[in-house]
Amino acid sequence: MARSTTKDAQALFHSLRSAYSATPTNLKIIDLYVIFAVLTAIIQVGYMAIVGSFPFNSFLSGVLSCVGTAVLAVCLRIQVNKENKEFKDLPPERAFADFVLCNLVLHLVIINFMG
Amino acid sequence: MAVAQFYSNLHWTFQLIPVGMARSPGGFLVLVLILTISIHKAASILDSHQPVALELFSPVHGSFGSLEESYDALQTFQILGIEKKPDISDTTCTLVSKTLGSSSSSLKDLFYALKVNGILKCDIDEEVFEGIKSRLQSVSNDASSLLDFYYSIGSLALIKEQASKVDVLLTDADGIFQSIKALSQSDGRWRYSSNNPESSTYAAGVAFEALARVVALASPEIDQSRVKFEFYANLFCRLSICSASIHQGLDFTGWLFQISTLGNDIVKLFDSIEKYDDGAFYFDEKIVDAREHHGPLSTTASVVRGLTAFADVTSGSLNIPGDKILGLAKFFLSVGIPGDAKDFFNQVYSLACLESNRQGFNPTDFITTSNSAFIDQKRPTQDHDIFVLYECNQVRVNTVLGSNAPPLTVKLLQAFSSSSKNAFIIENQELKFDPENAVHFLDALPENVDVGNYVFVFEILLHDPEHEKIYATGSRTRVPIIITGVIKVDTAEIVILDSDLGSVETKRKLDLAGENDVSLSANHLQKLRLSFQLATPLGHAFKPHQAFLKLKHETKVEHVFVVGSSGKDFAIVLAVVTMVLTWDLMLAMDISILHGGLGAKLTVTGFGSENGSKHTFEVILKLGVPLLDAFPLGVMDADFLGLVEKFFYLSGRYDIQLTVGDAVMENSFLQALGHVELDLPEPPEKAPRPPPQPVDSYLRYGPKAEIAHIFRAPEKLPPEQLSLAFLGLTILPLIVFLIGLLRLGVNLKNFPTSVVPATFAILFHLGLAAVLLLYVLFWWKAPFPPRLSISQVEICLRKRQMTGNIPTSPWEAAVGHF
Repeated sequence: MARSTTKDAQALFHSLRSAYSATPTNLKIIDLYVIFAVLTAIIQVGYMAIVGSFPFNSFLSGVLSCVGTAVLAVCLRIQVNKENKEFKDLPPERAFADFVLCNLVLHLVIINFMG
Repeated sequence: MAVAQFYSNLHWTFQLIPVGMARSPGGFLVLVLILTISIHKAASILDSHQPVALELFSPVHGSFGSLEESYDALQTFQILGIEKKPDISDTTCTLVSKTLGSSSSSLKDLFYALKVNGILKCDIDEEVFEGIKSRLQSVSNDASSLLDFYYSIGSLALIKEQASKVDVLLTDADGIFQSIKALSQSDGRWRYSSNNPESSTYAAGVAFEALARVVALASPEIDQSRVKFEFYANLFCRLSICSASIHQGLDFTGWLFQISTLGNDIVKLFDSIEKYDDGAFYFDEKIVDAREHHGPLSTTASVVRGLTAFADVTSGSLNIPGDKILGLAKFFLSVGIPGDAKDFFNQVYSLACLESNRQGFNPTDFITTSNSAFIDQKRPTQDHDIFVLYECNQVRVNTVLGSNAPPLTVKLLQAFSSSSKNAFIIENQELKFDPENAVHFLDALPENVDVGNYVFVFEILLHDPEHEKIYATGSRTRVPIIITGVIKVDTAEIVILDSDLGSVETKRKLDLAGENDVSLSANHLQKLRLSFQLATPLGHAFKPHQAFLKLKHETKVEHVFVVGSSGKDFAIVLAVVTMVLTWDLMLAMDISILHGGLGAKLTVTGFGSENGSKHTFEVILKLGVPLLDAFPLGVMDADFLGLVEKFFYLSGRYDIQLTVGDAVMENSFLQALGHVELDLPEPPEKAPRPPPQPVDSYLRYGPKAEIAHIFRAPEKLPPEQLSLAFLGLTILPLIVFLIGLLRLGVNLKNFPTSVVPATFAILFHLGLAAVLLLYVLFWWKAPFPPRLSISQVEICLRKRQMTGNIPTSPWEAAVGHF
């Protein structure tokens, strides 16, 4: 049964991949940005695990900036996605502007909190 | 071996004060001669007072200041015999003539100007005197206050003395006399004016002087003997019917009657006299006058002046007891040398009054002796070849101000020890007179006179019985004399004993005349014993006034003990307590300390309650307290912790110091004997701490110790390479992101090219960049606004200053606020 599992996994992976390639480019950009943010967060957590949590506020601000910007990017993706019926009337420029503004506010807080 | 020497030099001071010599054989003024004994080191008052007078009355720019001060100074100089400087005379005479010539001078200024003129004898015209005379006469008739009377009448009296051609006569002498007398009070004091109810003794003195001047001015041609006759005639008249022939004299006898009643006032005033223990009398003000307070010296001086003036003009007997006059003289002499100019003048002038008679200052006798008490006497003894040289006790007799005495004999009536008043060592011995030095001296002291405190009683006998009326000698005078000598100190030794057995552990002989430095050690189970013997030069036992043993720890904590004595032997035993006795069933305790040189036995009797039996404990007192005078028997405080607690359980090195002293001992000593190392047990929890020693004030306010700050240890940071590695690792996802973007074929060419959208696009991106730049600047703590604009701000500010802070444009106003 292991072979079938692997075959299933491979089949699953291929189907995912083909479906994903159908997504529009702008959504892929956003996904890439999210992955970048999350990776940065993970690296920071790893660093803290090695050297200790002093100063804690700096660690928090670093991690939360990554997580926050990732969350905002996800929100942007939701709003921009044409297949999403909920945000049909929302122009994508408006969503992007929201994204930018919220990021600026987030980073204002982060810069202040970092110490 | 100590050398026995007696030193004796006795000098005493007696003063004879003649108070007024009567012109007529009948009638004294006051008792005349006074013998006082006081202590003066100088030969006479004149010698001791002269330099001080020159210092106190030093002229400033050729004059003494006001006329009153000038008079004080000049009169003092005249009494003490100091020569006046000519330039002072010139300036003072100028002031005097100016004051006398001016019609607006006050009465007081006129009075003092005339007094100064009397001493300096300035050249004043007769017309000036005439002018003043008429003014003064009118004032004296209309005056109402005592001081006005005093100044005006005094000035008139002085004019009469100084200007012989001017005829001064008081027209209404009787009325003036009455007015002044009306201000008197029943207790002998005087009021200053009828409005003011306050009375003072000082005013009484002033009044006496004024009244004396009135009498002097009223009828100068009246003979003194006639005065007396009239007085008795008046008395006779009152007893029987008077005939007309005596009527003529009645006016004057009425006048005389008033003078005699004034005598009663004086006697009443003397009732308020105050006294010191040594026999000095003085007057003092009862009510302190805030306006012008007169202390005892100036009050007494005023009264003496008044009395002298009054005694000079009348010859009625004032009947003041001799001891009062003697006491007044003693008071003035006991002041010593006053430091204030006015006090100095009062003292010297009063003494001169007491000494002088109407003819001036006749020299009279002084007896001066000074009371130091060394007996200088070396006797040949069998042991030593030392010769006795007996130096005389000198007694000199003078008057108050230092003149020679009339022929007299000084007799030493008694001399006895102050402790035993009955045993006289000398009785009725006359002192021999040495005419060269004008001193009386005592030939020889008897052989058996030992050191100690004695009292010598002297009496003065005048050779000429006539002098008895003139000079007053006091009654017997007692002088305390201390005869000192060298005390022999013998057989001094210091011993450490074992308290249990009483055996001697360490013994050191001491030489209390020389240097000592013993070094002992003891623990709390041992005792220290110091003993020595004291003997007078004649061999008797001697108990000094002070005998102390001091133990001083190295931390400066000191303990002082009194050394007790029994007969000749002095001993002090110090023992240190270790035991604490406790008992439960103790109902009665009987403690007796036995005599004994080296220890004390404590007998404790306890009663047991169960069987009623008596238990006797005999405990050798390992702990002791210093045994005081003569080892008294009796109950002593059973403080068993004794000296250990007294010493605060401080072990260590204690310096020993012995002090023995007395007034009769010439060789009193304070000696450091060495040190003893004391080993005391550990202090218990609640032991008393030694008292804090006085802190050296320089240490208190000096710099304190340097403080070493302890800083918080810096946090452990990870090594720099690790941090940098992770920094690089963080950049990695960004690179991944960018590469992914390229892989996705992101369209970067969609930038708008037409103008308006391009502008907005650029502005949008610039805005974003600006916000991010702000964050970065904040993060880097970079100054905001950036430094480039600060110089612009300074230029603007200077411009504002120059133009008077008026901003020329809103921009400048805005910038200027930076």
